[in-house]
Amino acid sequence: MDFNFTEEQLMIQQAAKDFAERELLVDVIERDDNAVQSASHIKKLAELGFLGMMTDPKYDGGGMDTVSYVLAMEEISKVDASISVLMSVCNSLVNWGLENFANEFQKEKYLKPLARGEKIGAFLLSEPEAGSDATSQRTTAEDKGDYYLFNGTKNWITNAHLASTYLVIAQTYPDKKHKGINAFIVDKDTPGITLGPHENKMGMRASDTHSVMFNDVKVPKENRIGEDGFGFTFAMKTLDGGRIGIASQALGIASGAFERALKYSRERKAFGTEIFNHQSVAFKLSDMAVKIENARNLCLKAAWLKDQHLPYGTASAMAKQYCADIAMEVTTEAVQIHGGYGYVKEYHVERLMREAKLTQIYEGTSEVQKIIISRSLLK
Amino acid sequence: MKILVCINNVPDTTTKIKFVDNKAFDSAGVQWIINPWDELTLTRAIEMKETQPADIESVTVINVGRADAEASIRKALAIGADNGIRINSDTSDSYSVAFQLSEYIAKEKYDIIFCGIESSDYNGGSVGGMLAEFLAIPSVSSVSMFEIKDGKVVVKREIDGGNETLSVQTPFVLIGQKGIAIEPKIPSMRGIMTARTKQLTVVEGVACNQLIEFVDFDLPKAKAACRKIDAENVKELIDLLHNEAKVI
Repeated sequence: MDFNFTEEQLMIQQAAKDFAERELLVDVIERDDNAVQSASHIKKLAELGFLGMMTDPKYDGGGMDTVSYVLAMEEISKVDASISVLMSVCNSLVNWGLENFANEFQKEKYLKPLARGEKIGAFLLSEPEAGSDATSQRTTAEDKGDYYLFNGTKNWITNAHLASTYLVIAQTYPDKKHKGINAFIVDKDTPGITLGPHENKMGMRASDTHSVMFNDVKVPKENRIGEDGFGFTFAMKTLDGGRIGIASQALGIASGAFERALKYSRERKAFGTEIFNHQSVAFKLSDMAVKIENARNLCLKAAWLKDQHLPYGTASAMAKQYCADIAMEVTTEAVQIHGGYGYVKEYHVERLMREAKLTQIYEGTSEVQKIIISRSLLK
Repeated sequence: MKILVCINNVPDTTTKIKFVDNKAFDSAGVQWIINPWDELTLTRAIEMKETQPADIESVTVINVGRADAEASIRKALAIGADNGIRINSDTSDSYSVAFQLSEYIAKEKYDIIFCGIESSDYNGGSVGGMLAEFLAIPSVSSVSMFEIKDGKVVVKREIDGGNETLSVQTPFVLIGQKGIAIEPKIPSMRGIMTARTKQLTVVEGVACNQLIEFVDFDLPKAKAACRKIDAENVKELIDLLHNEAKVI
């Protein structure tokens, strides 16, 4: 067993760390306060190739492995999870979904500009009444012969405003339930698509989140991905990989908070000594370090399985559930170690704590991950 | 023009420095990086190649060091250098590094040789000047701006009380400092991927005496821990600044 990273993987990790610390850190608090993303950050992210880093170079991507992706996601998430979620959606969901299931015409037209970072993608699955229960899709894509006619509403859509390419999951044959679901590529500027206001969120406030309404939207037949009725399988397979992205995001949020808490504990004095020298604080940090190490290993194991083309659905669910849950625990303890300073924005840990909460909810709640894991135990 | 950038492999600036018996640097567990001054000059060379490809034919990086320096060379290739050379040698003092470089460069033809103003480990600040002397070509030190205008090399360098702008004939050694580029270039994913295919040539160093013997190293005194004073307690802050730190 080899736990060493390759020279390239280390270079990618360092590139992500440099980008996060040099570019993102400086005004991350203000962007969170004002709930805005910086266009220049997204442009730089694209120029560096982080938006299409895992896509095959023949489709203009970086051709990096999933382990490299985990390392990059962790570093960027230590500083700004609003940016890393954009990166996760583009890489794990949209680009990966297109690369693996779209036809060559679709890849040429849609995947290449996405992999180059010239365009941003969004993945439209969640609905007002279909979150964890993804089989209950109410958005319809009615087969009209020459085209599909879309009606319905998607909720909590990351990159909804920034994106120009949507991957939309919709119901074509309601009586067939999940077997009647299809996946489509939809241009955002298609007539009939409107966006709700930017969601005013607890954390990842700068992330571009909206509801998206479809009102008699005509989508060409050539934009359906895969065979008729393939949409639910498409969504589930894509989400298997998406969970690795969010697991590594949660890991980054946890390790970012841990690094700040460790540094603070070695500077802050109480009762005549640095607070690290108080056992209650040292033991908290020890527990945090063990959890982060476990989380990192779960992420890397899932990524490694994916890179080896071995089954990784259960491993990615384990990584997602554990990383998200410990991100909440670790960030809460990081705030506690900082005391009053942790409760103000200047020290970043309260923001990381707010960001951690979302990782337990989106891309499959922790409870949904437990359903996936427990069902795998019976196989 | 052909540009050669000399890069040194140095410990990461956040490394906790330790010595073995105060005689030699303890490199165990150290993460190595491109010397930040060299990385800035490299960044500028690559910026010029990207923006003025008609003026810059190639950017080559060169290092005098052991095989473990190749990670830094490959990073330079990922940033955008066209090819890399490692002169295989475990020499470490400025004289022998400059000598090794000059022996190789004398056989090749480069129009401008870039060096950082100093290395962040030993802070010798002398390789660039020595290299120019060995090669019998001019050097321009403390360069904070480098351009090529109408085929002519223009540099700006710091002088006492201000800056001077010079038009320089090639070949020459450019010794760059802060300002020559805004910040080091971050390698892109595509750059990291294409670095695999770029040539990294290893040449054996020549025999050379080291002129410097390291007698002893001392670590600086440990800094006192940061003390935080409550914002309301201005009186205590002033008292500490006045009586303890003695800065006011």
